[in-house]
Amino acid sequence: MSETFQEISPADFFYRNRDIAGFTNPSRAIYSTIRELVENSLDACEINGILPEIYIRISPEKEPTSDPSIYKIRIEDNGSGIPSNIIPSAFGQVLFGSKYKLRQTRGTFGLGGKMAVLYGQITTHGQAKIISSIGGPKSYEYTLTMDIQKNRPIVIKNKTHRNKSQWHGTIVEFTTEADYSRAMAKILDYLKQTAIVVPYANLTFVDPKGRFYKFDRATTLMPKPPTETIPHPHGIDIETLKRMIEATNSRTMKDFMKRHFQRVGESTARKFLEFADISYKRKPKNLTPEEIVKFVYAVKNYEGFLSPDATCLSPLGKELLNTGIKKELNPEFIAVHQRRPAAYSGYPFIVEVGVAYGGEIPKSAGILLYRFANRIPLLFDEASDISYKVTNDMMNWRHYRVLPDTPLAVFVHICSTKIPYKTVGKEFIADRPEVEHEVINALREVARHLSLYLSKKHHMEREKKRLDVFSKYLPKIARFSTKLAKKKKIPDVKKLMRSAARYAKEE
Amino acid sequence: MPRKSKKKQRKGAVKERKEKVISSLQNFGEKTYDQIVSGEFPWTNIPSRSINNIFYDEKLRQYILGDRSVKRTARNIRHIRPLTQLIWIGMFADELSRQSKTSTLRDVYYSAQAYEMSFTDQQESDNLITDLETVIGYSREDFNVFPEERSAIFGDLTVEYTLPGYEGNKLNLTSHPDGMMIGPALTSSELVNCKADKVIAIEKGGLFTRFIEEKVHTKHKALLIHTAGQAPRATRGFLKRLNRELKLPVYIFTDGDPWGMHIAMVIISGSANAAHLRDLNTPDAKWFGVWATDIVDYKLPSDQLTELDVKRLHELKKDPRYEGKLWKKEIDTFIKINKKAEQEAFSRYGLTYIVDEYLPAKLEIAESL
Ligand SMILES: Nc1ncnc2c1ncn2[C@@H]1O[C@H](COP(=O)(O)OP(=O)(O)OP(=O)(O)O)[C@@H](O)[C@H]1O
Ligand SMILES: [Mg+2]
Repeated sequence: MSETFQEISPADFFYRNRDIAGFTNPSRAIYSTIRELVENSLDACEINGILPEIYIRISPEKEPTSDPSIYKIRIEDNGSGIPSNIIPSAFGQVLFGSKYKLRQTRGTFGLGGKMAVLYGQITTHGQAKIISSIGGPKSYEYTLTMDIQKNRPIVIKNKTHRNKSQWHGTIVEFTTEADYSRAMAKILDYLKQTAIVVPYANLTFVDPKGRFYKFDRATTLMPKPPTETIPHPHGIDIETLKRMIEATNSRTMKDFMKRHFQRVGESTARKFLEFADISYKRKPKNLTPEEIVKFVYAVKNYEGFLSPDATCLSPLGKELLNTGIKKELNPEFIAVHQRRPAAYSGYPFIVEVGVAYGGEIPKSAGILLYRFANRIPLLFDEASDISYKVTNDMMNWRHYRVLPDTPLAVFVHICSTKIPYKTVGKEFIADRPEVEHEVINALREVARHLSLYLSKKHHMEREKKRLDVFSKYLPKIARFSTKLAKKKKIPDVKKLMRSAARYAKEE
Repeated sequence: MPRKSKKKQRKGAVKERKEKVISSLQNFGEKTYDQIVSGEFPWTNIPSRSINNIFYDEKLRQYILGDRSVKRTARNIRHIRPLTQLIWIGMFADELSRQSKTSTLRDVYYSAQAYEMSFTDQQESDNLITDLETVIGYSREDFNVFPEERSAIFGDLTVEYTLPGYEGNKLNLTSHPDGMMIGPALTSSELVNCKADKVIAIEKGGLFTRFIEEKVHTKHKALLIHTAGQAPRATRGFLKRLNRELKLPVYIFTDGDPWGMHIAMVIISGSANAAHLRDLNTPDAKWFGVWATDIVDYKLPSDQLTELDVKRLHELKKDPRYEGKLWKKEIDTFIKINKKAEQEAFSRYGLTYIVDEYLPAKLEIAESL
């Protein structure tokens, strides 16, 4: 008997394997749905330097029985909007997107929004409605479903509206099956953490019971928008190189290298080509397959390249991180630090961290860890994350006066043109020695500040306790000795209190 | 009349001492008060009672404190609380003394709470009482603080109370056949008339009762004192008074083992714990039994020494109080025969043997020591 063979589309693949994208069950799926859509909205704002206004609503589609149940999802943003002709593919075709670039965005795979729509479609047999405008005279409304087998959008309705106010932004609406009651805590946590890492956004959430959650912006300051960059030599492989050669119109290898790789100038190009044993005069399009392999191999072994350019990254910055933490957690003390750019495998990255102590931070059994990557809060699989390992296994907190019951939160934000996620679910960051090194050094820096603060605080508390002791006992000594000495007037101890306060400072 | 003048002099002794105690308490208060008034953190020096400041004084035949002292000052955060407690205890002692009220160690511990001066535990308040003793140089019984334990006395001594409400009342200490408790009322009494010519201190209650039954107090003209084990300080102080004021020789009768021997020694030479105090020991008192040599000479029923007994004997051997020939010989004999005997062991020869035979023989030997 012979096997039957068939081909499946990417949409079909992700339909069958929706687990790997975070759509495992109705509870996890609603969380992932909200997350993917909010992240698309935030990207659409930030790329264009727009202060985000995002509205999220989950409403029961039928009389609420018991979860899992059918809900209607609606997300509105004031982002860039999507050109009319792109809308169907952007929401109906898996692995289609505008973020396959060397640029720091939340989205990377061209998958997230579609998974949300697809899950809604397969659980409720419904359609998705998208309204968007790029700020022109018109806005466009599409009603569509996905042809999963063919990985194509099917447009069911298509309307055009006048857009007098020149509104720009996108509204997405569809039905989906969800277990809201079980996902609620995670969704709220996600929004709160988003509010920390995007302190310049206004987020509004209306939940199925009609409860309003508002996360107001605390600043109008925004990080500079990310820019696109060309690859660093260490970041390429044979396939990328072949594509680059195909696209180039450079006539010599030297020129090719200078134009298409970051931080490669005249002398670096010459020296490298000499090292690779490829003539700098060679025409790129004439390279033999053997030479292509040789080139890539040499790139890996050449140590003379400058490190990747990080100007394309868009970290949050100390001020915004500080604002975000303060706004959502209102701690007693905050220290933040941004590391200088570093690189792994040709990708630049920047680590930013914060520690927050006391205030509204609860006293818990351990340190509260907040992880972010390209401004996405990471909520699942904490124990597998590199920041968890550094925070809990590598840092010697005791050294910084942090005890097991010290109310402490740690924030780690990693931004990069390519975050080393372990899965498409974007939940935790792989063990990269370069990243680990940056995270631990950053944490040590903020921990030093914390330790100074704590020591000052302990000192002041001790001092207060000390003076309390004096003010408790000195008057008693005065009183008892008066009685014992058979005197009338109890002597004043104010002067002694003052000198107790004074010599404490000297010591 | 010589008799009367002697009596008067005695009467002065209790009163005079009480006045001295009160004035040294007041001194302590004034010193502290003046320090505060002059803007100084109050402080006081307390002679150190640590082991390396306790010395045996051959002349006084007791332990004394050396020259080292510790300064306790309110400037020091660790001292201010105990200093306050010390002054409070001073105040409390002053009240007790003036009002002639007595109090137990336990009372002191509880009374403090009324002044928000609570002590962590009884140990802490006991230690501070000892500090006050050290500072003013008088023992707690002098300022009317007594421990719980009591011992008893029986014999032909007439005392006159100085205790308010009983002032002038007289009592003969043969009035009650169980003996009279040696408590604050008795120790603060004047000794007005005494027919006895010696004191016998007895470790065990059973034997004390036997001695009364057998009329040792008349047969031997003795005051009998039951120490109830290690003699309480009040009892040691009282023995000292009997010895000094009435010139009565003191004889001590204990079990024949290292512990009994040491009960006698503490009466004679005092304890290291009371090195800061005087007048608690009676250097001329004599231990007359049960000796180790008695066990052999009288063929007494005996037990083997335990490991602990032997260890204790070796400790005593190194103790400066045990320098004398008699002590050395007895310690060595205990070790050699490896035996010990209780006071009751004499019952083997009948109930009266101890009083009729042993006691006169041993008293005679003791007198000649
Ligand atoms: N709210 C929006 N505003 C503007 N453009 C959007 C919006 N949502 C989606 N898009 C566009 O649609 C594309 C596809 O979105 P999708 O979420 O499927 O993938 P992605 O964001 O590129 O990558 P990822 O799978 O990592 O989320 C995006 O690249 C973006 O260009
Ligand atoms: Mg996306």
